[in-house]
Amino acid sequence: MTADATSAEARDTHPGGLAAVLRATEIDTRLLGMVGALALIWIGFHLYGAIVNGFGTFLTPRNLWNLSVQAASIGIMATGMVLVIVTRNIDLSVGSVLGVCAMAMAIMQVWVLPEMLGLGHPAIWVIAVLTGLATGTMIGAFHGYLIAYLQIPAFIVTLGGLLVWRGAAFFMARGETIAPVDSTFALLGGGPYGAIGAAGSWIVGLLACAAVVLLLLSARKQRRRFQFPLRPVWAEILLAVIGCAAIIGFVLTVNAYPWPIGIVRQFAERTGVAIPEGGLFISHGFAIPVLILMAVGIAMTVLITRTRFGRYVFAIGGNPEAAELAGINTRWVTLKIFALMGFLCGLSAAVASARLNSATNSLGSLDELYVIASAVIGGASLAGGIGTIYGAILGALVMQSLYSGMVLIGFDAAAQQIVVGTVLVVAVWIDQVYRRRTV
Amino acid sequence: MSTSSAATPLVEMRDISIAFGGVKAVDRASLELYPGEVVGLLGHNGAGKSTLIKILSGAYARDAGQIFIDGQEARIDNPRDAKAYGIETIYQTLALADNVDAASNLFLGRELLTAWGTLDDAAMESQARQVMGRLNPNFRRFKDPVKSLSGGQRQSVAIARAIHFNARILIMDEPTAALGPAETAQVGELIKQLKREGIGIFLISHDIHDVFDLADRVTVMKNGKVVGSARTSDVSKDDVLGMIILGKCPPGAIPGPGAAS
Repeated sequence: MTADATSAEARDTHPGGLAAVLRATEIDTRLLGMVGALALIWIGFHLYGAIVNGFGTFLTPRNLWNLSVQAASIGIMATGMVLVIVTRNIDLSVGSVLGVCAMAMAIMQVWVLPEMLGLGHPAIWVIAVLTGLATGTMIGAFHGYLIAYLQIPAFIVTLGGLLVWRGAAFFMARGETIAPVDSTFALLGGGPYGAIGAAGSWIVGLLACAAVVLLLLSARKQRRRFQFPLRPVWAEILLAVIGCAAIIGFVLTVNAYPWPIGIVRQFAERTGVAIPEGGLFISHGFAIPVLILMAVGIAMTVLITRTRFGRYVFAIGGNPEAAELAGINTRWVTLKIFALMGFLCGLSAAVASARLNSATNSLGSLDELYVIASAVIGGASLAGGIGTIYGAILGALVMQSLYSGMVLIGFDAAAQQIVVGTVLVVAVWIDQVYRRRTV
Repeated sequence: MSTSSAATPLVEMRDISIAFGGVKAVDRASLELYPGEVVGLLGHNGAGKSTLIKILSGAYARDAGQIFIDGQEARIDNPRDAKAYGIETIYQTLALADNVDAASNLFLGRELLTAWGTLDDAAMESQARQVMGRLNPNFRRFKDPVKSLSGGQRQSVAIARAIHFNARILIMDEPTAALGPAETAQVGELIKQLKREGIGIFLISHDIHDVFDLADRVTVMKNGKVVGSARTSDVSKDDVLGMIILGKCPPGAIPGPGAAS
C-alpha cells in the first residue's frame, strides 16, 4: 500500500506533458485511442482522395452527414450487443430480427392501417413503430427464455433465430417488397425532411453543451461531498471546452450541408418562398436517426452505469456463479437483456426501413456481423465483463467510415470486405495488448 | 458459551442428502447450530462439508431432508431465500465479481438506491469504507476492480459482505485459506466478536488447527456422512484427528451414521 502511494507520488512529481493532462482529466486512454483511430481513418481517406483522385471528398459536410445517418442503424443495435457480449453471450439473429420487425411495420402501415384509419392518418406511423418495437421485444424475450431458462447456448438459439426469422420475414409478404412507407414514418430514416434544420440543431447542440457543464459540476459537487479527490480546476475547464467544442463542431458540420437544389425548388414551390439570386441555403441539421442514436446511447449508458440492472449485467459477466450466489436472478436478467436487444432491433428496423422508404425480406442481412464487430471494436470483451456503450457507437462509426471511405475512393466490394475483416482482427489484437499492459 | 440442547437451535439440518450423478455427496447428514455458538465442520477434501453447507446457503437444492430455522421448517431453494433468513456465506472461492469494485461487490444484489431509483454509488462507497475500515484499516482501493486486489484484500471484501447485512447465521468456508498469520489472527478476533453478538457461525475447514481453538463444538464428516459431533472441551485434537482420518468416534462424542464401528 505504502509502496503504491509513494510510486504514485513519484509519478505525480514528474508529469510529462500529455501524461499529466491525461491523469488530471481522467480521460480514458482507450477512448482517446479510438478517437485517434477514427481521425486517422478520416484524414487518411480524405488525403488519399485528394492525392490520387485529385479531390478529397471524405471530410465534407455532405459525407460526414451521410456517414452519421448510415451508422445510426448499426449503432443502435450495437449498444444492445454490448450487454449481450458483456454477459458472455452472443446474438447472431439481430439482422434477421430487424428484417421481421421492418416487415411487420411495413405491413402494418401499408396494408393494414390505411384500410382501418384511411391513408395518411397521423396515428399510422406511431402504431407502426410500436408494432415493430413490440415484435422485436417479443422475439428477443423468446430468445432470452430459451437461453436463460431452457439453458440452450445463446450461440445456437440465435443461430437458429438467424435462419428462422429471415425465413419468417420472407413469408410475411411472400417475398414482396413493401413500399412506400407512411410519409411521417419515412422521416425516421433521415433525408432532407428527416432532419431538424439549423435552428433545431443549434438548440440541441447548446442543450448538450449545458448538459456537459452541468454533469461536470455535479460530479465535482458529489466528490466534494464525500471528500474524494477532485480534478484540478484547469482540467475541469479543459474537459468542458473539449466536450462543447466537439458538440459545436458537429452542429456546424451538419448545418453546413445544404438541401440539394431539387429539394429546395420543391420546397419553394410548395411554400411559395421566392428563391433568391445564387440559390437558397437550407441546412439539413441533425438527421432524426442520428438523434435517435444519441438518445439511445445516453439512455443505455445511464442504464448500464446507474441502475441495478446494469450492475447485474456486469456482475454476471464478471462471475456468473458469484452473481447467482449473491442472490441475483441471473436468468431473469439474461431474459431482459435479450428482450432489450430485440427492442433495439425493432427501433433499428424503423430507422433502416424508413431510410430505404420500403421493407424487403433481405433488410438487415449480415447486420449481425457488423453489430458484433462494432461492439468488439468498441472494446466489449467476448470473455465477458467488459464493454462500454460509447465504445460500441464509436465502433459503428469506425466500421461505417471504412466502408464509406472505400466506396468514395473507388475500392471494389471484395477489397472492402478484406479490409474490414482485417481491421476487426487487428483492432481486437491491439485491444488485448493494451489491456495486458494496463491491467 | 453455547446453550444447552434444551434451547431451540438457530439452525437444524435434519437427514440431508444430495447426490450428483449417482455419487452420494451428502448422505443423511444432520447438524445443529445454537445462537452465539461456533461449530467447526471438519473433514478431508471431498468429505461433503462444503456441499452440505451450500445446501444451507441455497446454492444447491437438496434431494432429501429438512432445514429448521428457529424451530420452524424453512424453505431454502436459492441464495435469496437463505439471505432472507439471515444466512450469510463466505465461500471458499470468495464468489466476487472480479470486474467491479469493492463497494459494488459488497452490495451486490442489495444495492442502495437514490430517491430516483438509480444506484447510490457514493452512499455505497461511504458505507463500504466504514465496514472495510473495521476489517482492514489499510484498505484504500475502493475504485479498483477486485481483480487487481491481493488475496487478503479480496478476502476482506468477501467477509465485509457477509457481516454488513446483520447476519444471524454465518457460514465461513475455509475463511483463512488465503490469509497470512496476522490477518488470520484478525479473522479469529472477528469471529469472537460476532459470537458475542449472538451470531451462530459454521467454520468449515480441512485443517483442525484452524478451528479447534475457536469452535465450541466440532462435527466431523467423512465420505458424505457425519462421523460424530463433540464439544471441544470434551475431546482432544488427537481424538478429532482420529474422527477425520479413521472415522472413529471417541468417548465424549456423539456418534453419527458415518461412525466406524
